[in-house]
Formats: sequence, structure tokens, C-alpha cells
Amino acid sequence: MSDRKTLQIKQISGHSGPAPGFDVQRDYEVCKLVDTTTCIGCKACEVACVEWNDMPFSATTFDNTYQTMPETRWNFWNLIKFNEHQNEDGTIQWLMRKDQCMHCADPGCLRACPADGAIVQYANGIVDFQQENCIGCEFCVSGCPYNIPKFNPATKKVYKCTLCSDRVGQGLEPACIKACPTGCLKFGSKDDMKFIAEERSKQLRENFGFEKAGVYDPQSIGGTHVIYVLHDATDPERYGGLPKNPVIPWSYTVWKWLFKPVLGAFAMFGLLGVALHYVTVGPRRPQPEPPKKEDADVYRS
Amino acid sequence: MSTVVERFDEKARRAFERVGRTEVYIGELFRHPVYTRFLHWMVALFFFLALFSGFGIYLPWLFRWFTPIFGGGPLARAMHPWFGVFFVFFFGLQMLNWLKPMAWTKADTNWMRNIKGVVSGEDKLEPPDTGFFNAGQKLQFWEIVIGCVVYLITGIILWAGTRTFGRWPVAISYILHDISAIVMLGGIFIHIYLSTIGEPGTFHSMTRGSVTESWAWTFHPAWYKQVTGRDPRQAYEEALRRKKAEP
Repeated sequence: MSDRKTLQIKQISGHSGPAPGFDVQRDYEVCKLVDTTTCIGCKACEVACVEWNDMPFSATTFDNTYQTMPETRWNFWNLIKFNEHQNEDGTIQWLMRKDQCMHCADPGCLRACPADGAIVQYANGIVDFQQENCIGCEFCVSGCPYNIPKFNPATKKVYKCTLCSDRVGQGLEPACIKACPTGCLKFGSKDDMKFIAEERSKQLRENFGFEKAGVYDPQSIGGTHVIYVLHDATDPERYGGLPKNPVIPWSYTVWKWLFKPVLGAFAMFGLLGVALHYVTVGPRRPQPEPPKKEDADVYRS
Repeated sequence: MSTVVERFDEKARRAFERVGRTEVYIGELFRHPVYTRFLHWMVALFFFLALFSGFGIYLPWLFRWFTPIFGGGPLARAMHPWFGVFFVFFFGLQMLNWLKPMAWTKADTNWMRNIKGVVSGEDKLEPPDTGFFNAGQKLQFWEIVIGCVVYLITGIILWAGTRTFGRWPVAISYILHDISAIVMLGGIFIHIYLSTIGEPGTFHSMTRGSVTESWAWTFHPAWYKQVTGRDPRQAYEEALRRKKAEP
């Protein structure tokens, strides 16, 4: 079998039943590894992302940091978040974190999305937006723990990082990986990346004095397909607001698994109920009605 | 406050009566003025526009055939909040218009106790103290009032979205908006059934504004007595005698 993979669909938003063609072919999960300890903040990945995805020039915002803009935009999916962190001993650390879609195993955006086929999850773990099916309700924004989906008011559609699904589907690495000069970005199978990340964390802990170094792969959303090596895995918040325990609002689970089927049934049985009342009990007419036939009521006890 | 509302409603009723008219023939009673009818059908129009556009968004795998009516999913989503705004606006006017006759009374509590007789069709005539509206109608009215408040608050949160209100308000509003829709959908089935085939003669009161006297003494006896001065039970029995005398 060639290393070129078709993108097999695993989950579709707002869709009845399982995705067509699910599980017909084996496919390993892909993963992007971001080693924040070797990121130098050169922003080559930002440029590569904008170039490959053919997005227009986006005006930058200078806010006295080394960050290109405060947060990602609908046409700017890859942003190096910068934070100057002061340690307890008074030393300073410059923390650079590549912020993009995390491609969660349990994607909150997909669960919140009501439009059929607007968000798909491929068997290799990539979560992708299909703008032609998007209705622009922006519910995915509230479902996402990382504030990633961004709305374009002009097209009324939501956009985000695709993990270069067009490249990955052809056996290539994402554009940001290709552009990275320090090797801080790596791409491969989830198992391999997890292994490398754990090894690197061990190295940081044992050889470089970062005793709390570790891997960020939050299990509260089933893990992510973008994982980080952090100097201090106990406090991911300091890396530009990376949530320690990302969650999907419980209301979306209730909504999807309880309210949708209940309402569907209710809509049909409500109609059936009044129809049955009419054919069994019958209407109430203004009184007095015309006199009844003598034997009309024979079956009434 | 209430006097201001009453004066506004009175003015609106007079203005609509100058444009439209309600013909009441012999054997009929005047029930709904032009203003009330206008508001009712405006509420109905925007209710169904909001319902169909909302259902296409809510349950595409079952109701995707609604969205093409509005030009597809994105347009249905864009128009749904506006339909909702007009629905709440017109129902708000109807609420002011009906605040007085919709007040809950002791007769309504008794009516709810006897609801079995109404649903089963055993009670051919309504209890004699049933006024202009019965308890079922009042219940639905106040349900819609509460539903409109829920729709409005959660709808604004969903409309402005996460960027304005944050993740959790949107995620919770989602559910509340849907619960309100489920309850109101149940109400609308019963409402349409009873006002058309369920209780014949009712529909005319919302189209041309009048009802027959027999309809009035059957379904709203206390109101019949109030507008005609005659006893509804006596009127019914007289009609029954006349009917029996016919060949």
C-alpha cells in the first residue's frame, strides 16, 4: 500500500447515522508535535501557513510583545503566542507557543455544529471545516475550548487550520512543519510523536533542569492531534492561555443525545396525538347538534 | 401604567376598525375586533417563519427540506433571528391587548380540575362560569408569554454569540431556546386542532371576527351571558326544543 492516504471520514456534524465509508480502510492517526522549548519565535510557520492556504495579507497588530496579533483570525490560522514569564527566582523566560487548531479527538466544534457536513473528522484525526455546508451560526466557536474557529462576516462562514488536509491527503507534511528551521515542529503518527515528546520531556527533566517538563495532550477531550512539549506542564495557562483541562460544554452533549431525538419524536407524536383524538373521541360541536340516529351509539358501553 | 396601555390599545382598535370591518349577522356575536385579528395573524406568520427556519437549523437530518424555502441553510440562519424579533414584537402587542381577559380566575382553576371531561368529550357544554377565554387558552397564552421572554433573552445571546457573551452562556442558551421551542410546538398542535376541526366554528372568530350564538353558549357560557344578558343554559334548551320540533 502506498503512503498516500485518502481522507476517510470518521464523524460528520449534524448527520444522521454513521459516516459513509467509515472504517473500511485502516489509517493511522497523524499528529503535529510542537516543542515549545526549541521554538525561537521566527514565525516562518505563520508565513508558510498564509502562503500555502493562499490567504490575503492580514494587517498585524503591535501590542508591545513579539506576537503578530492578539489572536488567530479567519484568514490567519497559525499564530505564535508570546508570553514573558517571570519565574519564582526572578529569572525571565520567553515562552513561545504555536497556537492553531488542536484537532481534538473529541471535537467540541463538531458536537456543537448543527449543519450537516459542515465539520468533518477524518479517520486520521484531522478536523476540517467544509465551508460550503456551513450556515454561519457560530455555535462551533462556543464548542471550542481553544477559541480557534473564526467567523468571516463577509462570507458568513467560519474558518480555521485544516492541518493542511490537502497536503496530508497526498502524503506531505503540513506547510508549517516544512518551514520550521529549528526542528521544533515535527509531524508523523500520533504514537511516534507521543514517543518523541515523552523522550524530549525526559531529557528536559534530567539534563536541563526543567523538573516539571512534560507533554500536553489533554485527555479531557480524548487527546489532541497537536501536542506540545512544555517546560512546565503543570501550568499550561502561562503559554498564552492554554487550558489545563479543556472541556466541551455539557449542554451540547445533552442537546445532541437527548433533545434532538426527543424533539423529533415529539414533533411527530404531537401531530399524531391530535389526529388520533379527532378520529377516536372526535370534535366538540356547538350544541345542540342535529338529533342522532337511534342506533348510532350501540358500541358505547 | 395600565391606563396608558389601555389607552394605547383603545386607539389601535379604533384605528384598525376604521380600515377593516367586522360583520355580525343575526344569530351571531361579535368576538374579535380587526386589531386582534391582525395581531393574531402577524404572530402566526412570524411564528411559522421562525419555526420552519429554526427547525431546518435545529434538526437538519429530519427537517432539511424546510431550509430551501428560505434559500438554503445560511439564509435560514440569517433570517431566523429577524423572524423571532417580529414574532416577539407582535405577540408583545397582543399581550397588552389581551392582558385583562387573560387574567387567571377561580373559574379557571375549576376548569382545569374538570379537564378530563373536556378532553374525553363527555362534557358537551363548558362549565357555566367559563368566560371570554377558558383556562386552556389562558394557559397557552401565559406559556407563550414566558416562552417569548426565554426566546428573547437566549436568542439575543445566541445571535451576538460567543464573541460577545462567552462560551457558557451560548451553550446554555442553546438548550433553553430548544426547550421553549419544544413546549411551544406542542401548544401549537393543540391550538390549531381545537381552533379548526376540533371545535368547529372557532376559526371564523379569527378570520371574520364573529361566532354563532350556539358556539358562544356551548364554549363560553359566561361570556354569552355577559354580552346578551340571556341565560346560556336556557338558550341552549330552547334551541334543543326547536330542533326537536323540526320534522
